[in-house]
Amino acid sequence: MESLDLHKISVRDLNHFLHKEAPAKGVKQVEVLNPDGAHNIAAGMDYATTIDIQGHGGYYVGGMNKHADITVHGNVGWGVAENMMSGSVRVKGFASESAGASGHGGTLIIEGDASLRCGISMKGIDIVVGGNVGNFSCFMAQAGRLVVCGDAGDGLGDSLYEAVIYVKGKIKSLGADARVEEMTDADYAAVKELLDRAGFKHDPKEFKRVASAKTLYNWNADANQEY
Amino acid sequence: MSKKLVLEESAGYNQKVIEYIHRASATGLYEIRGMGAKRHLPSFDDLVFLAGSASRYPLEGYREKCVTKTILGTRFAKKPIELETPITIAGMSFGALSANVKEALGRAATEVGTSTTTGDGGMTPEERQSSKTLVYQCLPSRYGFNPDDLRKADAIELVIGQGAKPGGGGMLLGQKVTQRVAGMRTLPVGVDQRSACRHPDWTGPDDLAIKIQELREITDWEKPIYIKVGATRTFNDVKLAVHAGADVIVVDGMQGGTAATQTVFIEHVGIPTLAALRQAVDALDDMNMRGKVQLIVSGGIRTGADVAKALAMGADAVAIGQGILYSLGCNSATYVKNGEHLSAEAEYAALNTAPGYCHHCQSGKCPVGVTTQDEILEQRLEPLVGAKRVKNYLKTLNMELTTVARACGKSNVHHLEREDLVALTIEAAAMARIPLAGTDWIPGHSRF
Repeated sequence: MESLDLHKISVRDLNHFLHKEAPAKGVKQVEVLNPDGAHNIAAGMDYATTIDIQGHGGYYVGGMNKHADITVHGNVGWGVAENMMSGSVRVKGFASESAGASGHGGTLIIEGDASLRCGISMKGIDIVVGGNVGNFSCFMAQAGRLVVCGDAGDGLGDSLYEAVIYVKGKIKSLGADARVEEMTDADYAAVKELLDRAGFKHDPKEFKRVASAKTLYNWNADANQEY
Repeated sequence: MSKKLVLEESAGYNQKVIEYIHRASATGLYEIRGMGAKRHLPSFDDLVFLAGSASRYPLEGYREKCVTKTILGTRFAKKPIELETPITIAGMSFGALSANVKEALGRAATEVGTSTTTGDGGMTPEERQSSKTLVYQCLPSRYGFNPDDLRKADAIELVIGQGAKPGGGGMLLGQKVTQRVAGMRTLPVGVDQRSACRHPDWTGPDDLAIKIQELREITDWEKPIYIKVGATRTFNDVKLAVHAGADVIVVDGMQGGTAATQTVFIEHVGIPTLAALRQAVDALDDMNMRGKVQLIVSGGIRTGADVAKALAMGADAVAIGQGILYSLGCNSATYVKNGEHLSAEAEYAALNTAPGYCHHCQSGKCPVGVTTQDEILEQRLEPLVGAKRVKNYLKTLNMELTTVARACGKSNVHHLEREDLVALTIEAAAMARIPLAGTDWIPGHSRF
């Protein structure tokens, strides 16, 4: 295992190591010490390795990740795993705004709460949140799944496309064109699989499904919506 | 004796306004259309050059060298962009344009030594392959945005706004969201796609600075990063873009085009390019960043004269969108198939328009195959034919630019300066802060 200390090297040096030297040397495990909320840690990974960040991360931890499995042993700032393509990011603590924004693939697990706009604009990523999610989560989410084991804030799923949201707790309010739908056997199986992946113990039967009513998919003068 | 018919049109409720109200009352929806503002605006047409004479020394128009080489992104990027001309091709999406057109633009740009730019919807293999220098846009929607294409790009353009619709997101109506377009954007086929107007993972200039650092980290600090803003509060926006760490700033004035947006945006939001350019240059001067952060201006750049005036006012380069579409045959009565000119009049008529007036890019039924995803219509623009036309257009502009520069005594087009210009109208003089011709008067800045 390689151990890199952000008290001794810069984020730029760290990422250079992760992008260039780690693949060249075949490094399979990396530990990042003293992150102290630094931004852009492990952004742009394109290599299958395990990265343990021993502390809090700032903005865009694991941004645009491909292949790597990243664990943050602390909290993270905005945009954790934004635009992730594959691999995984696990946050042991809480995540600030826009967690998993625009993610195309892979799995983002947040053991604590996620703040506003969790899963905004997501495009295929799976996100599992152990606690609550803030307002406007899954705004304009296009594809993928968000599982919320706690409560969801205002405007959940506003202007959803094909993404699906599963919520165990209360939903403060739904956004435009989002609606609660009946859970099917396929939904229960999906929730179980995602909870198992995250290692969270909940009964899938307690979750509700939120998806797009699709009334905003095409222009309609009589929809009485603010286009 | 018959009574004389007297028709007095109302200035406030003229035929255009009446038609607007009738349409609104019939449909309950605002109009969505393509292209740019059609209203009269102060523009580069309102400026003229003071060329060499007894008090200035011109260069010979045909033989003496006039450098057009342009370098963009020298502030932080390890690999700045080097172009043979300051005239670049603006961002236009695959989706709005056909794959054939994107290929044609790449080929033309490569032949004349300039850059072309992706758009909302990501990078197509055709345009990457055909473009020597390709700028990759990072838009609020992030459609098709991915790290592999990011690394393949030569520069990154973070789009905050667009001149035709500052404060608004992109729009692609369902008829253009085909299987391929939908696949690239992760959307259902046929959906009316409304792009976000704000980025999903940052708000404000302090966040933007971190976002730019992230993009630099992912690309190992190699690629120049542009920030594109629609022209509104341009002085402040340019300063914030510099603060956020931009290598290059693109200012898109309200004459800029779009593939589709609400007409109310096109005609009533934003400021003219002329006013925005002066504000942008003032902001860079105020921060002592002229020459360190390069400035590209777009929105209504049509001719070599426009390019020369933009450079004289302080731009380092220009970007052209609508002019490029026209060069491809947009609004032409005919299209070229196997070397023959064939009539497209029937298709214009079906759109209830005519060549010279069409702005129906949003419909996907472009009569000449430029702004379409229709399998039959898109064949009306052959990539090689389109590439040649765009190349000719860009070459013409470049020749006009150097002609004017030489006449002003400049051996490098980047040596053109504000002192070479005067304004023909009070409005243009005030906006560009260039004296009214024959006077020293700049309204608001000096006495007549």
